[in-house]
Amino acid sequence: MTATTAPPAPPAQPGSSAATRIVSHIFKARETGILIALLAVIVVATTVNPNFLFSSDGFRDLLLTPSLLLLVAVGQAIVIITRNVDLSVGSVLGLTAYLTGRLFIDLPGIPVIAVFLAGIAFGAILGLVNGALVAFARVPALVITLGTLYIYRGINVAWTGSDRINASDLPAAFRGLGTGQILFIPILTIIAVIVLVIAAWVLRNLRSGREFYAIGSDPDAAHLYGLRVTRRILTAFVLSGALAGLSGVLYAARYGTVSSAAGTGLELQAIGAAVIGGVAISGGVGTVWGAAIGAYLLLTINRALPIVGIQDFWQRAVVGALIIGAIVLDRVLALRQHRKLIEAREDVR
Amino acid sequence: MFTKQRSRRFGVAITAAAAATVLALTGCASSGDGGGDSGGDGGDANLSVTFLPKNLGNPYFDTSSAGGQEAVEEFGGEFAEVGPTEASPTSQVSFIQTAAQQGVGALVVSANDPEAICDALDEASGAGVKVVTFDSDTNPECRDLFINQATAEGIAKIQVDLIAEQIGDEGQVAVLSASANATNQNAWIEMMEEELAANHPDIELVEVVYGDDDDQTSFDKTAALLQTYPELKGIISPTTVGIAAAARYLSTSEYQGQVALTGLGTPNQMREYVEDGTVTAFALWNPADLGYLAAYAAQALITGEITGEEGDTFEAGKLGSYEVGADGTVLLGDPYVFDADNIGDFDF
Repeated sequence: MTATTAPPAPPAQPGSSAATRIVSHIFKARETGILIALLAVIVVATTVNPNFLFSSDGFRDLLLTPSLLLLVAVGQAIVIITRNVDLSVGSVLGLTAYLTGRLFIDLPGIPVIAVFLAGIAFGAILGLVNGALVAFARVPALVITLGTLYIYRGINVAWTGSDRINASDLPAAFRGLGTGQILFIPILTIIAVIVLVIAAWVLRNLRSGREFYAIGSDPDAAHLYGLRVTRRILTAFVLSGALAGLSGVLYAARYGTVSSAAGTGLELQAIGAAVIGGVAISGGVGTVWGAAIGAYLLLTINRALPIVGIQDFWQRAVVGALIIGAIVLDRVLALRQHRKLIEAREDVR
Repeated sequence: MFTKQRSRRFGVAITAAAAATVLALTGCASSGDGGGDSGGDGGDANLSVTFLPKNLGNPYFDTSSAGGQEAVEEFGGEFAEVGPTEASPTSQVSFIQTAAQQGVGALVVSANDPEAICDALDEASGAGVKVVTFDSDTNPECRDLFINQATAEGIAKIQVDLIAEQIGDEGQVAVLSASANATNQNAWIEMMEEELAANHPDIELVEVVYGDDDDQTSFDKTAALLQTYPELKGIISPTTVGIAAAARYLSTSEYQGQVALTGLGTPNQMREYVEDGTVTAFALWNPADLGYLAAYAAQALITGEITGEEGDTFEAGKLGSYEVGADGTVLLGDPYVFDADNIGDFDF
C-alpha cells in the first residue's frame, strides 16, 4: 500500500534486531534521499558563504523561511494521500492573513490567542466548503479547488479593496511571534514542527490516519470495505484549510504587510513540496515528513541559488527540474518495486 | 439505505447550488458589460474614463485610481476601474479589449509590459478610444499621452542622493527591484548606474535582484542580499512592495541600523520602519495627484482640447496647467522625500 512502510523483516534473517531494522528502514525510506539532497544544498551553500549557516540571521532564516510552507504542505500531503488535491490553500492563506490584520484593527486589544483560533477556524470553514463540494457532489477536487482558488481570491480582493495591513497596524507582541526565537529556534518553526509531529503520528499510528491511505490507494475498495470515505475526505480538506488558516495568521506575524495578493502561487509550492517529498500525486503513498522535508528543500534551494551565484532567471527552472526529477524518481522506484513484487510472487510459485 | 439516499439528494442539492453560483457569476459579468455600454452612448463628448492599473488590490494603484475618480467626478464624467489581480505581462489584454468593445471614451493604463499590450491598445485606438498611460509607459506609438510621475533622471537621482547621504558616499549598495521586465524600474536602475558612475565613484552597485512585487519573495531576496554581501552598506528598492518587505526584514535582523534602506515607498507602509529607525528617508510622488492628472489629460483628449502634440497645454483642476513634452509625455513634478519629520502629515 505504501512504499515507505518497511516490510517486516523475515524472522529467519540472521542478525535482525530492532536496531538494524530501524537502520535499514531509514536507508530505504523515500524521505532519506530528499534529506540528503537538503543537507547537500546546505553544505554547498555554507562552503560558498559561511554566513548561510553560521550567522545568526542565516541560521534563523534557514529554519524560519520554510516554516509557513511546511504547515501548508502538511495539509496538502494529507489531501493528496486521499487521492485529492487542494489548489485553494494560497487563497485561504491570503484571506486568513487579511482577517488577522482586520481583527487587530477592528477589535483593539483582542488577545493574540483569539486571533489564532479565529484564523484556524476560518481556514477550516473554507476547507469544509472544498471538502463538502468534493465529497458530496463527487466532482474532482482539481476542478472544485481551482474554482474556490479564484472565488476565495476574488472575495479577498473585494474585501481588501483599497486597504492593506501595514506593520504598524499589528501589535508588536504579535509581530514578535513571526521573528522571535526560543533557545535559537524560531517560534514559527516550533509551531510548525509540533503540527508536523502530531500529523505524522496520527497518519502512522491511528486507524483514522491509516484510512486516509486506504482511501487514496483504492477509493472503491475502501468504500466497499465500509470505510467512511466521505467523512475522511471532509476531514482531510478541513485539516488542509485549518493549516492554511494557521499559516495565514503566521504570515501576517512574519511579513507584517498583507495585501490582497498574499499567498498567491503558494498552492503550487505546497504541491511541489509534497511531490518532491515522495507523496505520490495518485494518492495512497507518502508521509508528511516527506512533504515537510520537501518544503525545506524547495525553499532552501531558492535561498541557496543566489548565494551560489545562479541568476534569478534560472532559479525557477531549477525548481521545476527538481519537481520533474522527483516524479521521475517516484516512477522509477514504483516500477522497480512492481518488478520485485512480481519476482517475489514467481519465487513463491 | 435511507442515509445513502439522503446523501445522494444532498449531493444533487450541492451540484444545483454550484450551478446557481456559476450562473450568478456569469450574470455579474454580463451586467458589468451592460453598465459600460450605457456609459458609452451618453452625450456628444463621451466622458467615460476607465482606469486599468497593473493589478487590483495594490494600494499604490488604489490611491491613483481614487485621484482619478476625484478628477472624473469634478468634470462630470463616468469613472470605472478594471484590472487583473496579478501583474503579469499579458493579463491586461482582455481588459483592454473589453473596454474597447464597451466604447469607453478613454482608457488610462499602467502597462505591465511595454510591448505585450500594444496590439490591443492599437485596436482600442482604432475604435476611437483615447489611450493615456500613467506610471508605467508602453512604446510611444501605442498611446496618445504618457503621464510621467517624475522623470527617470529625477527619480534615479533622488534615490542615489538619499542612499549616498545615508551611507557616507562610499561602500557597496544593491537594488531590490520589482519584476525583471518592469519598464520603469529598469529605466530608473539604468539611470542610477549612470548617476553613481558619474557623481559617486566610491559607491559600488553590486547586484540587482527582483522581488516580483511580492512581499514574500522580496523579503527572501533581501535576506539573500544581506548574506551574500557581508560588506553591504545600503539597499535601494524602487518599488513600494519591495521597500516595505526589505524594511520588515531589516527591522528584525542583526543588520538593523547598519545597512541603510531607501527607495520608493508609501507613508502608511513605511511609518513603522521610519519610527523604529530602520529607514531614515525615502521618496515618492503623490499617486493620487498622478491619477488626477491622468484623468484630466484623458478628458482634454476626449474633448479635443489637445491632441497629444508637443507644446499642447491643458488645465488639470487643482493641479493647475500642464504642457505636453516630447514623445507625448506630461511630467507631474519632482519626487517628494518623506522622513521622520513629515511622515505624520500623510495618509496613503
